[in-house]
Amino acid sequence: MSMNRRSLVKAVAAGGALMGLSVLMPRVAMAAWAKEAFEAKEQGAAIKALYGEDAVAESAEVVLDAPDIAENGAVVPVSISTELTNVESMSLFIENNPAPLAAQFMIPEGTRADVSTRVRMGKTTNVTAVIKADGKLYRATKEVKVTIGGCGG
Amino acid sequence: MSIMRVKAKASGERTDVKMMAKHIMETGQRKDKAGNVIPALFLSEIEVKHSGKVVFTANLGPAVSKNPYFSFSFAGGASGDTLEVNWKENTGKSGSETAEIR
Repeated sequence: MSMNRRSLVKAVAAGGALMGLSVLMPRVAMAAWAKEAFEAKEQGAAIKALYGEDAVAESAEVVLDAPDIAENGAVVPVSISTELTNVESMSLFIENNPAPLAAQFMIPEGTRADVSTRVRMGKTTNVTAVIKADGKLYRATKEVKVTIGGCGG
Repeated sequence: MSIMRVKAKASGERTDVKMMAKHIMETGQRKDKAGNVIPALFLSEIEVKHSGKVVFTANLGPAVSKNPYFSFSFAGGASGDTLEVNWKENTGKSGSETAEIR
């Protein structure tokens, strides 16, 4: 997946001594797994940990597709899409889950901002999609009623 | 041992991908009969590449359903091309597989 590259730089000082410098090249940006965000137990904290702020405006540009009623909380189909351009990432939060952040999708250029997945919901909850596009944040929220909870409790 | 089932179809200028990983995605919320918590065991990162370029990355928590499913679409790709699918588990275990675009 990623490689650390070490480049050796030799510099000859005035006194004739050889100095070896070993520089570790940082791995090119695959956004690392955001531990603090994935472990946050409250939605506001999770959004803030992931994006640096939690006051995100609702926007009709964010299309969140989720059922009104989930018969089986263990497998709830959800999709996030948008016509916004320069989308960097799309993430999904399940407010009443023990850890609300369910998934974060990074969208490279050329990839459509349209991702579907299936998630677990412990009980009836608001589901929120947050999209980061051109450095700005947008969100949409929908309530999903759960008849049989999916966290295994 | 491969865990990724990938259906990638070239369609005009794009490739549409549906994929499912075989994985229990244990949440860490369940307890066994003795009352001990069953530890969380889940895929935390999935990365898909085409021609060396990353076309999709998913960072996941255990709230993603067992046998995680994703669908997405990227520009480019042709029938016969290879996709590289790299994954990582919360335990640090990782794997790398390939799939062919139809």
